[in-house]
Amino acid sequence: MTTGSSDAWLITLLARLIGSARHVAVGAASPLPAAAALMAKVRHGTRVTLLHSRRYNPFTDGSRELFDLAGQGRIDVFFLGGVQIDGQANVNLVGTGTYPRLDKRFPGCFGAAYLAYVVPRVILFREEHSPRTLVERVDFISAPGTSPPGVFRPGGPSHLLTSLALFAFDRAIGRFRLEARQPDTPIETIQRATGFAFDQVPSVPPWPGPTTDDLALLRGPVATALAESYPEFARRLAAHLA
Amino acid sequence: MQGGVDDLAARLPNGALIGVPADYSGVPMALTLALLRRKVRDLRLFCLPTGSLQVDVLIGAGAVVQIETSAVSLGEFGLAPCFSRAVEAGTIKVKDSTCPAMHAQLTATERGIPFMPMRGLLGSDLLAHRADWRVVDNPLQPGDPIVLVPATRLDVAIFHAPLADQEGNVWIGRRRELATLAHAAERSLVTVERVVGGSFFEREETAAGALSSLYVEAIATVPQGAWPLGLGDRYPVDGAAMRAYAKAARTAAGFRTWLDGTLAGVPA
Repeated sequence: MTTGSSDAWLITLLARLIGSARHVAVGAASPLPAAAALMAKVRHGTRVTLLHSRRYNPFTDGSRELFDLAGQGRIDVFFLGGVQIDGQANVNLVGTGTYPRLDKRFPGCFGAAYLAYVVPRVILFREEHSPRTLVERVDFISAPGTSPPGVFRPGGPSHLLTSLALFAFDRAIGRFRLEARQPDTPIETIQRATGFAFDQVPSVPPWPGPTTDDLALLRGPVATALAESYPEFARRLAAHLA
Repeated sequence: MQGGVDDLAARLPNGALIGVPADYSGVPMALTLALLRRKVRDLRLFCLPTGSLQVDVLIGAGAVVQIETSAVSLGEFGLAPCFSRAVEAGTIKVKDSTCPAMHAQLTATERGIPFMPMRGLLGSDLLAHRADWRVVDNPLQPGDPIVLVPATRLDVAIFHAPLADQEGNVWIGRRRELATLAHAAERSLVTVERVVGGSFFEREETAAGALSSLYVEAIATVPQGAWPLGLGDRYPVDGAAMRAYAKAARTAAGFRTWLDGTLAGVPA
């Protein structure tokens, strides 16, 4: 992986997307989003809930409490991955092929078929950027990118970050817009690697790298806080940045 | 009542609809292996809300005919290989769901009501494939479609917890989804790390994390009963054992070798 899409760069980009949100929640097996959330916590005092942590999981009413409070609008940002993501921001977490007898089965929808509707800003994060993952039409809709008028939908996808590109999602027209690119990657490469059509801002800029301050946070308080949930990853991150 | 883990396994009938916890809640792995020693079959699994190693092992052993779940995985150790293989081969029926729907179907049962309304889901392929879910118009505020999910009554809930007391109450701490499982089941079979004297209800500190014995049919003491999965602050997941499983179970033959070895190594 080139420098411009190393873990430190992607974490910093995700942290910028979180901004100064009040409350961000992160699901299982998501070390980069978790690091980005902890960066927002150190910098802006963002409340961070890591579902598979003990220290950073404050729920005492069982795991349903996450969904109960998300339904009330108490979570501002959540992350979702996807086996496939299409140009309308439909997300597939179930598998490829024709359901139910799939060619390749993946774990399943987890909370996506609910959280993608009620969390105001859902950040789609999938490092692999290829025609296999970013497809014209997903084989199974775990959560649709948009809903017709009349459907209760205060939330939905806001961005898609891959190792090559940052897209914003326009819910009104149901299309992605390329906002920034990995510095070594020309737009033509992104177009070839993307299975769906997308809009783009004029002269798509290279995305910015982490500042000295970002790197200090990552090495220090972020790596320390991350170590409880992701000890291996936190150690590698701190060693890489030392 | 107290007995051994095999006594507990004998109480779970073939064909039962059983509720099982997620990997962070207290997964009864020792009891699961005891069920396989007694060659349990035709199980229908209901995961709250996701399935772990336990589910993959039961499916790999051919003990499962149906599963209702929001996901099955080995977490950071990867996909659940036996689950994926069984779905791809069409040998088990999957009722795909999403985490809050799994919770809501048991919450309805806890409260003795027939269904729960749920946000989300509209326009998803989950909804398209669930004949037991309904979309209705919000009767209190028309023009607002909303999904109803049915109450699910479990035959048996099985889980592992840190402690039981002498009266058969179980201490689950913050893992309240275990209480939801127990409330929604006809009966619960529970393994614990150890049994302590007195009653959890004597002190507010322990009463807050307790599940009353009224929901619990039988308890067995099994130290390290969630291994190789972890249990709260008691012990972490055994990464080496999980990696070994994930590697072995990549093929059906590899899984069979793992299972035979594991069952042979487990004291009955």
